[in-house]
Amino acid sequence: MNISYSQAIRDGLREALMEDESVVLIGEDIGLYGGSFGVTRGLIEEFSSDRIIDAPISETAFTGAAVGMAIMGMRPIVEIMFGDFTTLALDPIINHAAKYPFMSGGQVSVPLVVRTPFGSGTGAAAQHSQTLESLFLNTPGLKIVSPATPCDAKGLLRSAIADDEPVMFFENKLLYRQMGEVPQSPYSIPIGIAQTMREGSDITLISWSRMALVCMQAAELLSGAGISAEVIDLRSLRPLDTQAICDSVKKTSRAIIAYEAPEFGAFGGEISAAIMESEAFYYLDQPVRRMGGAEMPVPYSPSLEKQVAPTAEQIYLAASQMVRN
Amino acid sequence: MNYYELLPNSSKKSLYRLMVLSRKFELKVDELYMKGMVHGTTHLGIGQEANHAGASPALSELDWIFTSHRGHGHFLAKGGSAYSLMAELFGLESGINKGLGGSMHLTDTANRNMGASGIVAGDIPIAVGAALALKRQKQGAIATVFFGDGACNQGMALEAFNLASIWEAPVLFFCENNQYAISSAYNDFAGGQDFPLRAKSFGIPSKKIDGNDISEVYSSVMAASEYIRENNSPYFIESLTYRQVGHSKSDQRKYRSRQEEAMWAEKCPIARNRAYLTSCLAASADELDAIDSEIDAEIDRALQSCISEMQAGGFLNMHDAMKLAGSEKPAQKAPLAKSKL
Ligand SMILES: Cc1ncc(C[n+]2csc(CCOP(=O)(O)OP(=O)(O)O)c2C)c(N)n1
Ligand SMILES: [Mg+2]
Repeated sequence: MNISYSQAIRDGLREALMEDESVVLIGEDIGLYGGSFGVTRGLIEEFSSDRIIDAPISETAFTGAAVGMAIMGMRPIVEIMFGDFTTLALDPIINHAAKYPFMSGGQVSVPLVVRTPFGSGTGAAAQHSQTLESLFLNTPGLKIVSPATPCDAKGLLRSAIADDEPVMFFENKLLYRQMGEVPQSPYSIPIGIAQTMREGSDITLISWSRMALVCMQAAELLSGAGISAEVIDLRSLRPLDTQAICDSVKKTSRAIIAYEAPEFGAFGGEISAAIMESEAFYYLDQPVRRMGGAEMPVPYSPSLEKQVAPTAEQIYLAASQMVRN
Repeated sequence: MNYYELLPNSSKKSLYRLMVLSRKFELKVDELYMKGMVHGTTHLGIGQEANHAGASPALSELDWIFTSHRGHGHFLAKGGSAYSLMAELFGLESGINKGLGGSMHLTDTANRNMGASGIVAGDIPIAVGAALALKRQKQGAIATVFFGDGACNQGMALEAFNLASIWEAPVLFFCENNQYAISSAYNDFAGGQDFPLRAKSFGIPSKKIDGNDISEVYSSVMAASEYIRENNSPYFIESLTYRQVGHSKSDQRKYRSRQEEAMWAEKCPIARNRAYLTSCLAASADELDAIDSEIDAEIDRALQSCISEMQAGGFLNMHDAMKLAGSEKPAQKAPLAKSKL
């Protein structure tokens, strides 16, 4: 069936809520209002306010409370309204959820999911448009997924909810209305496995979340110019499927890593390092290239906002240059 | 009602025992740290024992506790053994957290002690969530979270009080006001100087008690936990007490006078309880002395075991630690070569 990304997440939530009494949703305005992006619309009617819990504007405390529920055996799913507001929940996530199993010598598990949307493109300006995944990437004990398609969104969400470790589930605002094919019956997609979205032989475009779709557009443009690009959607950032990345780069000998977060200090550097430290290094024909977001807060003006994240044209130009050189 | 007065003499003696166990354990720990036999840092609850020893025994077996960085005494009072605690401080695999937690993180799920956060106030919201989970399990269990006066100034504590109130969490907020947060005196750093009033402003009933009187602590926690169980909603206790030692081992205590310390030493909870027990003939001085020396022996046994385990190298290995970290194997790195393949 063909459904939207937000419908796919909603379906994944609904299935989990139906199957497991211990699953609850917690977040601001997720009940009657249906969440700021409408992802949880309709769920409160079906599951009552006992399961779909509207929280006050206290991200630290309600994320902390969700950690408390998780260590007591529930499977809470937190929605942080905008990804930018995860800064207020960093303590319960990084210092508590990610540490409990380890610090307790394995006595405690934390089956928690934190969902939140990142990304620019909505005219919401600097404090409602960031892509902050790298804040979480340097924390062992956390899993991080960032799906690009409705099918992956639902499948990875089911795995995230079933996982006994805390999982950060990063959505993207511009993807919510994207449509895609999703299996009719319940399914899940394992965390930690990348997906080759398009096969190619001249260059590998590595990306995740919305930028994976931008890379698909770039690959289309490249194919018009006679260049065969392979597109890899990582889907999970931690654990990272380095094998898939390196196998592809060994085949194409060129790699571009495209992502929305400001280029410096972001996850692209980690992927570049993974290539450089692997056998794929010996196969490289050109330096690995990162194409991240502009080094500035996301600007309000639409003409500027359009230019903060790499575009398909920019990726196309860079890739053709690398291949033609 | 004074629940403590109703206790049989044997129970009064076991409460006394818990205070002395905490005191003697920590004095030993202090000595070991000073000698450099144990590494890291430690926060001692010397002077505050009536709180640990009075509160947990007043809870039911199904109840969970959450503690703070100053949590040795709470660990012991909830049923943890001196040996598994000592081993943890030595970083041994036989420690309660396999040596991965240390002094500030003492989780003991078998005794329903979820343990401590080293982030001041960090586990107050977590305890609220845990209490809500317990409420859903409908076994009548509640959560108690111990924290300090300093923690009451943390935003997430105030957020958590509000959550507990609107979501009706069966949680006991137990504030051990030892009057200092490191060097910051509560009188100068807590606006309004009235924590019970802060709780009341969130609609949470509250009470201020003498935290150096084990009878009052025990009784108040009994009453509070009954209230929480009956109403399925939170309660707040501020317990006024004093840490007789420095904040941690490096503290020179420049921020308070020796005179003030001497005044509070007069109110030592153990000496007070001892005087009470002997004067009302609940226990003889000989009986109490016997308890004291039993504890000395217990701590000595724990220490001897730890020392021999140390010598035998009884530490968790990196491989097992990685497994507990849930970390995937690091990616295979390519062998170094001079030229292209
Ligand atoms: C968020 C945070 N800030 C600062 C510290 C450093 N710190 C450790 S204990 C402490 C004082 C806490 O005071 P209080 O809550 O009164 O507890 P007490 O130490 O008196 O038992 C501070 C500031 C910390 N651990 N966590
Ligand atoms: Mg204090």
